[in-house]
Amino acid sequence: MSPREIRLSTTPTDEDIAKLRLGDIVYLDGLMYTAREGVYMRALEEKANIPMELPSQSAANFHCSPAARINADGSFDMGAVTATASFRFAKWLPEWMEKTGARLIIGKGGMTSKDYKSYFVPNGAIYLSTVGYGTGALLGRGVENVEAVHWNEELGLAQAMWVIKCNKMGPFIVASDLNGDCLFERENAKIAQNIERVYEGTKPAVLKRYGESDDRSDEVI
Amino acid sequence: MIPISLIQSTAETLMDKAAIDIPDDYLTGLKRAAETEDGDLSSFVLKAMLDNYEAAKEDRRAMCGDTGVPRWFVKMGNEASVEGGMCALETALRRATATATNGVPLRPNRVHPLWRTDHNNNVGIGAPEIEYGFEPEGDWIDLITVHKGGLFGTDYRMLFPSDGIQGIKRFYLDSLMAFGKRGLACQPAIIGIGLGGSKDICMTLGKRASVLRTVGSRNSDPRIAEMEEEFKELGNSIGMGAMGFVGKNMVVQCNIEVGYCHTGGMPMSVHAFCLSSRRAVARLWPDGRVEYRTDPDWFTPYQRRETVDWEPMHEAAE
Repeated sequence: MSPREIRLSTTPTDEDIAKLRLGDIVYLDGLMYTAREGVYMRALEEKANIPMELPSQSAANFHCSPAARINADGSFDMGAVTATASFRFAKWLPEWMEKTGARLIIGKGGMTSKDYKSYFVPNGAIYLSTVGYGTGALLGRGVENVEAVHWNEELGLAQAMWVIKCNKMGPFIVASDLNGDCLFERENAKIAQNIERVYEGTKPAVLKRYGESDDRSDEVI
Repeated sequence: MIPISLIQSTAETLMDKAAIDIPDDYLTGLKRAAETEDGDLSSFVLKAMLDNYEAAKEDRRAMCGDTGVPRWFVKMGNEASVEGGMCALETALRRATATATNGVPLRPNRVHPLWRTDHNNNVGIGAPEIEYGFEPEGDWIDLITVHKGGLFGTDYRMLFPSDGIQGIKRFYLDSLMAFGKRGLACQPAIIGIGLGGSKDICMTLGKRASVLRTVGSRNSDPRIAEMEEEFKELGNSIGMGAMGFVGKNMVVQCNIEVGYCHTGGMPMSVHAFCLSSRRAVARLWPDGRVEYRTDPDWFTPYQRRETVDWEPMHEAAE
């Protein structure tokens, strides 16, 4: 069975979000911005004014640094676009969502169901994962225009806030829903049933490490 | 003598090829994986990846937005020489890295570890890495660039002889489980395993096993070659596929490289070369000829030599 494909606005309504199910494939239209540790620290810890109207312009926060350049005439060239792993940003996301009204968090690998239940669901937000994670060229094709690059001087190209106009940009996979359920944890649970058989006969290392877990259903994020 | 301008222009072309064109050996391996995959989500992912390689090639844009950390391996025949010497070569490779970062464009990933200074060109202290190897004959030089992702999928552990093969398997599975969940390792990957050496060389061996050997290659030691096949099957029997979804393709290829180690130890490293297995190679001759390929052909009999003398050299001296 192939997954459902859906087009979604980057300023989605409550109904749009409620309709999404784990494993749906989504293509985005509208403005999206990149924000990761650099932007979060500058906006939340240094209290700099966010240079966009959020969430009216965009409720879609992409954990991404593009492969891009700023030309001498000030125009932009964006080649490939791929997400970075999101679990590292859990520290800032609750405050960021509250401040910006972000409803779509887009990145690599998702967050835990604990994150989803504690601050995604109360904010009416869900998580979209990139696919692969290397579909950078396909995502690049969905960039209709680079509208602006904020804080490039302060943060550098990789950490700057890129504002991207998306035109059927995708594919993305719905990795959390308004229940706070997590697609990756669902898959982990299915795989966990097989772990004992695969490990059969192998030996724990002679030299242990502090904090080591022998429970392979655990995650490292 | 190999002209320095040729080294720089070839290096720039290699940066472009590595970022954009998926090597044929890996592509063939992934197509085979896509044919056998029956998990519905992981099948969708593999199909999207195959579309993505096409899109990258058609548009001449990088296949992945995280263009990794560009690095260089330089292999030289014993009679090769470079115009301006080896410092000129290093400057040319650094310059080509910076130029291509802006040109392709690549993501300027390289920053200072503490001050996070970013020169926006992938060049800095110790970056790009440049490593060397030599071959007993030839006046050519091989330039190899690899753009490997830098964050997940790699681990090191000091094992001991009493850990045995079952201990090696355990650490291998642990690494795949830890980094395969949620697809952090960007699998299906070429898994490189380093066994032996001193700690740092153990990491180097595993890294080179993943990035400098192709899909379909085999270690020249038949017993190690058997382990490679067995480990590939073992990894694929976990039941985990692309992105950590249920599936049967986690390992496209498993390469094992060894080095002699301390008699009391058996250090081991595991590396994952991701869905964007970016590598490109060129051989340059003094007469200006350049031949491009994607197989680094790094692990020659000379690189794996075991004894004091290298026989062909020995004979030549006589």
